[in-house]
Amino acid sequence: MAATARHATTARLILALAVGLVLVKSLLPAGLIRPPEWLVMPFADWINGVFYFLQNDLGLMTLTRAFSDVVEWLLDVTANLLYGKNRWPNLGPIPWGVIAVTAFMAGYALKGWRLAALSGGTFVWIALMGQWQWAMETLSVIVVAAPFSVTLGLVLGVLAWRSASFERVLNPILNIAQSLPHFAYMIPVVVFIGVGPKAGAIVTIIFSVPPMIRMTLLGLKKVPEEVIEAGKMSGATRWQLLTRARIPTARAEILIGVNQVIMQCLAMVVLASFIGMPGLGQKLLQLLQALKIGLSVEIGVTIVLLAVTLDRLSKAWALRLPEHGHPSPLWLQRHRLLVIWLALCALAFALAHFFPCFLEVERKQALSVAKPIDALMDQVIRLIAPVTAWLRWFLITWVLIPMRDAYLWLPFTAVLSLLAAIGWAIGGLRSAAICVAYFGLIAMSGWWDRAMITVYMVTISVALAALIGLPLGIWAARNTTRAARVLLVCDTAQTFPSFIYLIPVIMLFGVNDVAVVAAVVVFAAVPIVRYTVEGLQNVPPELIEAANMSGATRRQLLWHVRLPMALPTMLVGANQSVMFSLFMVIIAAFIGTQDLGQEMQRALSSTDVGKGLVLGLAVAFMGLMTDHLILRWSEGRKRTLGI
Amino acid sequence: MKSVKMMLTSAAALALLAPGVRAQDSTDPITIPLHNWSSQIVMSHVVGNVLASAGNTVEYVTTDSQAVYESVRLGDVTMELEVWEGAFGASFDAAVAKGGIHAAGNHNAVTREDWWYPMWTKEACPGLPDWKALNDCAALFATPETGDKGRFLGGPVDWLKHDAEKVEALAMNFTVVNAGSAAAIWAELGAAEKTKTPIVVFNWTPNFAEAVWPGEFVEFPTWEAGCNTDPAVGMFPDKIYDCGNPANGYLKIAAWDGMKDKWPAAYATISKVSLTNAQIAEMAKLVDIDGMEPEDAATAWMDANPDVWKAWLN
Repeated sequence: MAATARHATTARLILALAVGLVLVKSLLPAGLIRPPEWLVMPFADWINGVFYFLQNDLGLMTLTRAFSDVVEWLLDVTANLLYGKNRWPNLGPIPWGVIAVTAFMAGYALKGWRLAALSGGTFVWIALMGQWQWAMETLSVIVVAAPFSVTLGLVLGVLAWRSASFERVLNPILNIAQSLPHFAYMIPVVVFIGVGPKAGAIVTIIFSVPPMIRMTLLGLKKVPEEVIEAGKMSGATRWQLLTRARIPTARAEILIGVNQVIMQCLAMVVLASFIGMPGLGQKLLQLLQALKIGLSVEIGVTIVLLAVTLDRLSKAWALRLPEHGHPSPLWLQRHRLLVIWLALCALAFALAHFFPCFLEVERKQALSVAKPIDALMDQVIRLIAPVTAWLRWFLITWVLIPMRDAYLWLPFTAVLSLLAAIGWAIGGLRSAAICVAYFGLIAMSGWWDRAMITVYMVTISVALAALIGLPLGIWAARNTTRAARVLLVCDTAQTFPSFIYLIPVIMLFGVNDVAVVAAVVVFAAVPIVRYTVEGLQNVPPELIEAANMSGATRRQLLWHVRLPMALPTMLVGANQSVMFSLFMVIIAAFIGTQDLGQEMQRALSSTDVGKGLVLGLAVAFMGLMTDHLILRWSEGRKRTLGI
Repeated sequence: MKSVKMMLTSAAALALLAPGVRAQDSTDPITIPLHNWSSQIVMSHVVGNVLASAGNTVEYVTTDSQAVYESVRLGDVTMELEVWEGAFGASFDAAVAKGGIHAAGNHNAVTREDWWYPMWTKEACPGLPDWKALNDCAALFATPETGDKGRFLGGPVDWLKHDAEKVEALAMNFTVVNAGSAAAIWAELGAAEKTKTPIVVFNWTPNFAEAVWPGEFVEFPTWEAGCNTDPAVGMFPDKIYDCGNPANGYLKIAAWDGMKDKWPAAYATISKVSLTNAQIAEMAKLVDIDGMEPEDAATAWMDANPDVWKAWLN
């Protein structure tokens, strides 16, 4: 407690310094208001120098091109099988019926009829909507990228588990990798790999591998000593111990990693199409470009369905325990599902052979719900136009412009001292140093003004998201069915490709910051709602009992028992909310912003690796700083609550 | 049995004929890049189909429309069928300077990019398309973020259109707001159409938008060479950018330098390709208005215009 009190005093002193700097701004020398010239380092040039050296002098290019040739060969095989691209082995395309039947049987074998209907139904929907070709182009990349990512993650995870020093090196890299905006990754990939499906696959692998590494490491660390002892006693070698004892015991965590990989792959579908990934994402961008909202929504639905199906299938696989029943003596009985699957596949092949529409439903014959969606959008926009016009005027004149001007007006030294004060109050000297180091580096990058605009948009978006998300979460946590429904909406909103939101918000608010904030709030609210619901639902029932017995009203129960207990979980939500907002603000450059995202978009179109990475790191540092502060605070809260 | 024999003979004849036409050409696939606007995609498929019908192997790859010139230069893709002067002239010239790419043909079309408004705007501001009349109506285009100045919705900053310089040079009562993507401009236009709000945006021709929203370009002082660099040129003696953009930009076809030797016959074909504004707009219309898929639109266009593409093969 004494330490906390000391922290508070120091924090107050630094805060006073920050306020002082703001008050005497007009007297400050220019060097304290904006980073002076000598402080700004040409980081971008340094990075470009390193990349140039790697690319040309070290000949890394030959290595990456060789690697990408392997990936391309694999992609050609899957492309041939799934949509009949003219490549070896020249067997494809597999008729849609066969794939739908396979998905159906996989769902049935893993969890029963409901999952079977979902996974089979997804593929039937894709076929009937005439999106087969595009969906298969997308899947042909994912079925290569996901296994690559899983293997790579498993290997790196095992290495990190074996060697503590490797883990120490890997950890900060993973932290940064998970908070870098997607576009920052893409520029080096374009330089080293080029554009096209292979670049799409590789960027997807890079993006999806960190969670796999983390989950593998976590799982291996949790393996009980007894299991290893038992293994050793039966004379297992180190390799056998790893493959037969440790990895199978860590199965649950590793499979959650696999699930994460699949979800991340689908999250990249649209973004990776900027560097040539074919399929749904590319079609979606093309349709949005021509303002065809209904058709884009159809594609969005397909992506959500694919994500949900793959998520449920992989989760069912992860949770399925090995069965140790008595196998039936009859071969046919043991392999009943296999036989049914083979029979159905044969049927589907035969149908495709005789009726072309079972091979592929052409776009002309496909169903479409685009017209009603467009009509609905049209009505909604007409209906709420007066409200949005007022809201737009109000937010711009009274909230956004004043706030933005204030952020830009602040001297950078005042911002740094303020962050130091917050850091000190939460975690003492170390946290204060971390905060100053992260933002100090941003100041030294020379992008201070743009970074402040990004900060301003994230602050306002997270604040609005909390304003909407907290009451919604509290309301939803009242009963379990309601909670389940709200969580389903959250999942859908999160998997729905973010680009589709951009067009309606422009139509509602125009090209300005209100549209950007509106699009970001959708994403920022999701984790807040989700973790509020989870936090409130996981409050120990004994505590609620106790409070009820001492005669607490519902209001008291909420404010004095449930919310304080749920706070650590809710803070995780707040943390994610900031991360999601940072990513979305960068993507919102497609609406039109003047922040780091706009520069990032420019860096991508001129393939400027150095600039892209500097901007990406600036965003990553904002995320990492928030992450650090919230984590420290939530640890402190947990300690006081004794959880 | 007879029909099978017939088929076999005709197949053999075709097999003999096809390499006969394209004997000199390599059997490697010709790679045609696709971008994110429909006329380019349809045109690429039309040319691809024509080449394929003559015996070449053709493949398509989707790429960024600026980065593509680097790919053509390196031979990763073989050609680019729509090189717009205004949008891609700089990237194309830079690639030409590095070597490996050249202009293989010229469309019989002019391209234009400038300030543009949809027809309903003219009802509110009848003096249009004159730029002075536009400036007098500036208040009509005011938005909360631009205050009492009119708002001009420009393209993304990296298109480098110098709209802000133009506003400054002509002392216009406008503020330039840059959209982040072309889609953002269309979304604003779509929304403005529903309420018939006056709006002035950056637009270009040939483009699908003119079929969806009839409109006109704003008539600025005519472009003169040097108006963007020499203050003396143009309306005001002490300003640069005191003029509109060129009203007749080129639309070229670019090819990889190695194409001529590797696929000489295919090269001869694409150097004959020359489409007009109307033909290009028709291609875009089939996709953007009639809702066809680009591949189907290419076939439909070829069925409707056999004389045009057959001439490329001779």
